[in-house]
Amino acid sequence: MSDGLPWHRIQFAFSITFHYLFPQLTMGLALLIVVFKSLALRLRDESYNEVARFWGRIFALNFAMGVVTGIPMEFQFGTNWARFSRFSGEVIGQALALEGVFAFFLESTFLGLFLFGERRLGPRRHLAAAVALALGSWLSGYFIIVANAFMQHPVGYRLGEDGVLHLESFSAYVFNPWALWQFAHNMAASLVTASFAVAAVGAYWSLMGSHARHAAICLRTGVVAGLASSILVAFPTGDGQGKMVTKHQPVTLAAMEGLFDSGPDAELAIIGQPNVAARRLENPIVVPGVLSFLAYGTFGSTVHGLNDFPAREWPDNVELLYYSYHIMVGLGTLFILVMGISAVLLRRDRLARTRPMLWVLMLAFPFPYIATTAGWWTAEMGRQPWIIHGLMRTANAHSQLVNPGDVVFTTLGFAGLYLLLGMLFVVQVLKEIDRGPAALH
Amino acid sequence: METVWFAIVSAMLAVYAVLDGFDFGVGVIHRLVARTDEERRTVLAAIGPVWDGNEVWLIAAGAVLFMAFPRVYATAFSGFYMALMIVLWLLILRGVAIEFRSHQDHPLWREFWDTVFSLASVLLAVVFGTTLGNLVRGVPLGKDGLPGMPLFTNFRPGREPGILDWYTGLVGLFTLVALAGHGALYLVWRTTGPVRERSLAFARTAWKAVIVLWIAATAATALVQPDAFFNLVARPWALVFVALSVAGIWGAFRFPRRGQELAAFLSSCVFLLGMVATALAGNYPFWLRSTLDPSYSLTAANTASARYGMGVALAWWAVGIALTAGYLTYLFRSMRGKVGADPTAGY
Repeated sequence: MSDGLPWHRIQFAFSITFHYLFPQLTMGLALLIVVFKSLALRLRDESYNEVARFWGRIFALNFAMGVVTGIPMEFQFGTNWARFSRFSGEVIGQALALEGVFAFFLESTFLGLFLFGERRLGPRRHLAAAVALALGSWLSGYFIIVANAFMQHPVGYRLGEDGVLHLESFSAYVFNPWALWQFAHNMAASLVTASFAVAAVGAYWSLMGSHARHAAICLRTGVVAGLASSILVAFPTGDGQGKMVTKHQPVTLAAMEGLFDSGPDAELAIIGQPNVAARRLENPIVVPGVLSFLAYGTFGSTVHGLNDFPAREWPDNVELLYYSYHIMVGLGTLFILVMGISAVLLRRDRLARTRPMLWVLMLAFPFPYIATTAGWWTAEMGRQPWIIHGLMRTANAHSQLVNPGDVVFTTLGFAGLYLLLGMLFVVQVLKEIDRGPAALH
Repeated sequence: METVWFAIVSAMLAVYAVLDGFDFGVGVIHRLVARTDEERRTVLAAIGPVWDGNEVWLIAAGAVLFMAFPRVYATAFSGFYMALMIVLWLLILRGVAIEFRSHQDHPLWREFWDTVFSLASVLLAVVFGTTLGNLVRGVPLGKDGLPGMPLFTNFRPGREPGILDWYTGLVGLFTLVALAGHGALYLVWRTTGPVRERSLAFARTAWKAVIVLWIAATAATALVQPDAFFNLVARPWALVFVALSVAGIWGAFRFPRRGQELAAFLSSCVFLLGMVATALAGNYPFWLRSTLDPSYSLTAANTASARYGMGVALAWWAVGIALTAGYLTYLFRSMRGKVGADPTAGY
């Protein structure tokens, strides 16, 4: 910790992980609120509006947490990662500025109108405000992913004689193929989180025997959207994302899969513990050939293992990367199963009476948060030791002129503040759920 | 091109000062002008739909600075590390205070968040003024950049100043009072009854103090950074901003007396816009002045991004800002009129 690098990394990792607990719900929920508002208008059923209003209040709480924990993320590029900012600001800054100008203004304006303007706007314009809000939050997600995709797979830049990156092609940069897959995968995951949350509240009200009409709406919407998004997050988006990693970050693929030896018919590890010092996977349960198939489309293809690459090119925490990836994939598979069974019960009109399944749905909502967090850890740990793949190492990116002790202090500060906010937030949300849906006064 | 982007970033910061300025000002006087729970809900309802959008101008201006002048962003943000972390924590507390307050119907819970909201607003107003003071005064930038600035040293501007000294402290105090006056005029416009009366009375006193502090801060600037002061006189176009400030303060005195509430609030907007623009125009071409050696200073020209990126960005920025102006007009039109303690408004 002589120069503070581990603390810079811990502070950023902690504050971004905490921050992303909120947008992952709001981006998906914004779309579901549009669905509720449209159905209310189409079916002329006020219950849908009451459900939309209830989720609007949950949305507002999450949105506020997302905003206040999001501001530090932008600041930290300058405060903690000054050398990275100086090197890549001309390119990364484009995405952040686009987000500010096109997404944040749209989002914040229409959030105000959506939350406070239902009576002044009337049903149609209130629906329009909800659509604008959803559009703003999805655009915001896209631009941030453009910035991340550049770090994963830099395109549209040139390295100047002055030693910093310059933008060379705006369209190549904004339509980075990595960004398109990552965005699709990420937004599907966001919908999974929101669908599980909506279904969980519906299950809770059903089990409690309260708000029967609203509970049925939440269960139906949550399960239908949950099944669709759980499938989409795996195929085609997860698959497409995986193929990008295979093509552009082969070392990362090997580390994610815990594959040390290269060869054809590469096996897919379902479980097992990587022992990096001994360079082997312990207690593995594997399926032969499947990794070759997933990576290249044929069972016989050769997949490169970690042994093919010098150790200084390896991600610096192979174990955490391996487990993050396996947790994401394992949970993702379970989501399809849970939502699949629920959908079958729903179709037979038995879901609201099948108490064990309601219990499962009610208790399942934290797992998409875990899967999404594990997914982002996979992306970020997998990119190491680079902060910008192939261009800048993380070890050369942090602010050298900041006193490392200050970073220790601020990391503790963020930890304490976020712990407090997290607890207060949970209390507020539980209270809102207990209060339930309400009519417009 | 770098001059255009210097102007764009400055303009966005000025708009930020005007917009978030009024809700900071409202925060500063929240506990003074609103005493009962119903009055406080009214005050929060007056800024509820807009505060978050106002804060977006800071994020957007920061991101544009990052894109157009990455070296300034990297150097200033890491140099002001501790101060910025404190700003972040205050912004977080202030934001959750506004949102959390209404969620529990408990007098101590509400009292607590009202106080957090006010204290954070006061401190942030001072800190933002102090930051502006630092830009004008200069910082100990060396050949390798700006080592972490101490929050304070001996409170004297000089070659190795701290972030807070008597000069930047004075600018901070000036900002605090000006924003309080600005927030008071906003409440006069948006509320009725006792909150409006108290805000009106507060505004009268505050704007008198603004004049005194303005003169003091201007004199201090001439003393501490004569260069910035005389730049203004030498640049006739910059005098437009001075004229705006004078016109604004004149309106802030005149219109409230005649009951022209919106005109009064707009006058204080013009005043703040003029003030921030004056400070940045006087400082041009410097982003960060070095107190050690002028050749280490970061200027618009020696920190600007390459031409292609700046050109593309200019095109999309114009489109984005036009759209934003559209939404904001729509928002303020939809939300116009006086607010009351509406039980469904959520505050």
